[in-house]
Amino acid sequence: MLILEKRPSPSRFWQGATPVLAVALTMIAGGVMFAILGKNPFEAIRTIFWDPVFGEFAWYFRGQLLVKAGPLILIAVGLSLGFRAGIWNIGAEGQYIMGAIFGAAVGLAFYPASGWFIFPLMVLAGGFGGWLWAMIPAILRTKFRTNEILVSLLLVYVAQSILSSMALGALRNPEGGGFPGSRNLSQYPAAANPEIIAGSGMHWGVVAAFIAVIAAYVLLQRHILGFHIRLAGQAPRAARFAGVSPDRLVVLCMGISGALAGLAGLFEVSGPAGQISIDFASGYGFTAIIVAFLGRLNPLGILLAGLLMALTYVGGDNASTNLGLPSASIQAFQGMLLFFLLAVDLLSNYRIKFLLKERA
Amino acid sequence: MKTGTDLLRVEGLTKAYPGVVANSDVSFTIKPGEVHALLGENGAGKSTLVKMIYGLVKPDKGRMTLRGADYAPSEPRAARASGVAMVFQHFSLFEALNVAENVALGMENPPKMRELAGRIRQVSQAYGLPLDPDRMVGDLSAGERQRVEIIRCLLQDPKLLIMDEPTSVLTPQEVDILFRTLRQLSAEGTAILYISHKLEEIRALCDEATILRRGKVVATCTPRERSAREMAELMVGAVLTPPAKNAKPKGAVALEVTGLSVNSPIPFGTSLKNISFAVRKGEVLGIAGVAGNGQDELLLALSGELKSARDAVKISGAAVGEQGPNERRVLGLVSAPEERLGHAAAPDMSLVENALLSGSVRKGLTTRGFIDWGATRTFAEEIVKEFDVRTPGTWVAARALSGGNLQKFVVGRELSQAPSVIVINQPTWGVDAAAAASIRQAIIDRAADGAAVVVISQDLDELLEIADNFAALNGGAMTVPRPTQGLTIDEIGLMMGGAHGMEVAHVA
Repeated sequence: MLILEKRPSPSRFWQGATPVLAVALTMIAGGVMFAILGKNPFEAIRTIFWDPVFGEFAWYFRGQLLVKAGPLILIAVGLSLGFRAGIWNIGAEGQYIMGAIFGAAVGLAFYPASGWFIFPLMVLAGGFGGWLWAMIPAILRTKFRTNEILVSLLLVYVAQSILSSMALGALRNPEGGGFPGSRNLSQYPAAANPEIIAGSGMHWGVVAAFIAVIAAYVLLQRHILGFHIRLAGQAPRAARFAGVSPDRLVVLCMGISGALAGLAGLFEVSGPAGQISIDFASGYGFTAIIVAFLGRLNPLGILLAGLLMALTYVGGDNASTNLGLPSASIQAFQGMLLFFLLAVDLLSNYRIKFLLKERA
Repeated sequence: MKTGTDLLRVEGLTKAYPGVVANSDVSFTIKPGEVHALLGENGAGKSTLVKMIYGLVKPDKGRMTLRGADYAPSEPRAARASGVAMVFQHFSLFEALNVAENVALGMENPPKMRELAGRIRQVSQAYGLPLDPDRMVGDLSAGERQRVEIIRCLLQDPKLLIMDEPTSVLTPQEVDILFRTLRQLSAEGTAILYISHKLEEIRALCDEATILRRGKVVATCTPRERSAREMAELMVGAVLTPPAKNAKPKGAVALEVTGLSVNSPIPFGTSLKNISFAVRKGEVLGIAGVAGNGQDELLLALSGELKSARDAVKISGAAVGEQGPNERRVLGLVSAPEERLGHAAAPDMSLVENALLSGSVRKGLTTRGFIDWGATRTFAEEIVKEFDVRTPGTWVAARALSGGNLQKFVVGRELSQAPSVIVINQPTWGVDAAAAASIRQAIIDRAADGAAVVVISQDLDELLEIADNFAALNGGAMTVPRPTQGLTIDEIGLMMGGAHGMEVAHVA
């Protein structure tokens, strides 16, 4: 018989070892699934995990990894602060869209002027847009006790409608021959967010993601505010005893996560995506929720989780084009990763005991 | 079997949990109709022992016989079928159901409601326990709720009734009613196993006593023939020195509460109604009351977790009613809530992090918001050393500490901040006698250093020992504080609200 016994203190060893174990289990279970689909499991796993980093076309894939991981990490770091405090911003996708719209609007307003100040101004506008969109659920929660999960989630759909309206209306390229979509910002030097080193995939959004990781790490480890965030999530009554105002924390955490999501949107629209278009929203805001938990809400963990998640995307695309794997199997593979991670997570707080059936 | 007239015979019971032996080779016997006390400090093994008798825990070794026959209950239902009943310290009642419905829920084959109500009336009259079967449990006082539990047991016509700390929720008058019932039961031949650490009660009620220390039987005695002091020393295994009160003259008013009225933030909580009092420097004000009469709310309102009218609370003349806990800490107020895990301390955080929790303001553990972890660790180590907190180190999670040790840490953390006003709810709840004495002494020492102290407690002996002035909370209102010296236990009982539900008793 299996018995779970709660550890007196969480095990430090397992906190570090569970993600590795989860990836290993995913490879095994995924390999079985690929084998059932009639593919060589070793080749499939190699195509997903090895080729993008070390394979023949790694020079291209490595850049793609950073391009995909950047916004995921930037958004997930912001979300993790709120999640740690028990504040559930599920609407990062909406804040990401609004950041992109605000930032792009500022850039397009200056077109075709040139000036060093245009891009920084867009960055500010992007962060502000995301922050503003996150303030709606925050204020509604603090003033009227609404549920921020529902409000932030539903605002994603509002943001998507605004995005379509912008792509077809106010921000549409007047010289675009009537096609939907704005001017291409990446071809407008004063507003573009190009690769800092050509071919590396490293654009300003990736730099911002790294800065966010370091800042969040310092905040959580060394600053009283980070301590209060952790305290509020673990023991809300103790947090009130420590003088934390729950409402202030809601506004703060929603604000930070919204602003970071907005920044991610701005860097995307001015860089890899290039323009405001109907299909600009690509689900980064939702995937970042998975990344945040995959990284166990720890900034350094999120950095690794973001890269890992980007790898399964890039490698999964690679596998479906080269090996003809159905894209649903790639999604199932990503689902397995999340499942195993959450399942083996149990080991850090519980110990498993094997017992022979006890005689009554 | 030659068990003679013994009702229950316990021989060599042993129960070990990982890392601790809860009971080691425990033996004693109870005769029919005997009131037998089980005496010991917190953690001495009393609870484990009665859980084995009631079938909740299976012993590792040893045997029990009941009326000469082997007795090894595998579950409480088997124990009840053999005639063993138990009244727990914490009630298991549904507030939204009435008395008869609650009683029916605990029975194997409940009779029809009307019939059951009749039997409840009958038993409650026969044993002088006034109780109306149609009343909602949510409207009952703690003493009345206990009667529901007792009557639930009595309907099963038990041969042995186990009572776990039954008086901790009662006023002195209610204790008298309970004791009369227990004596009547005993006269009718029902044996009672009475668990308590209140020595005067045991001297008044019990025929025999078995004293446990660290899981072993260290003595048996006849309580009437021993002094409370002798029994306490048997229980603790050391000579006790009661704390010396601070005799210095009192200073200026440090904490002033005027017309404090706030709604309770707790569901089924008690709102505070127009509370006024003042505590001077060097004074200890003891606030008594049966649990649930506004103690938690009063602590929240004083600590700043619950805000009130601006002038309702003043610290050294500064009106702080609208300010939060940290603003009040700056002015010198520290507080220790009753609930240690989850309120006074974060269970999954280390002792170092928990030291920062309330110590950051007064100990200056942050500069521009950045935490000085080195200084915080030193602070935590000081608390552990000075208050004798037993722990492998300051890195362990708060939840890994025993209740008593965590209490020492929490109280120590607050008292080590050079406070000018101290508010503590249940300072020695769940702490062993030696540690309780040292916590009380530390509180008195801070008062002698000039701090104004408010101690909220359900332990009357504790309040009488350390408080200069005494008041009681009853239904969210507070009596006018009176000097502790010269108060009789009857007067205290009346301040606490006398016996609830006595109107019914007169009718019956």
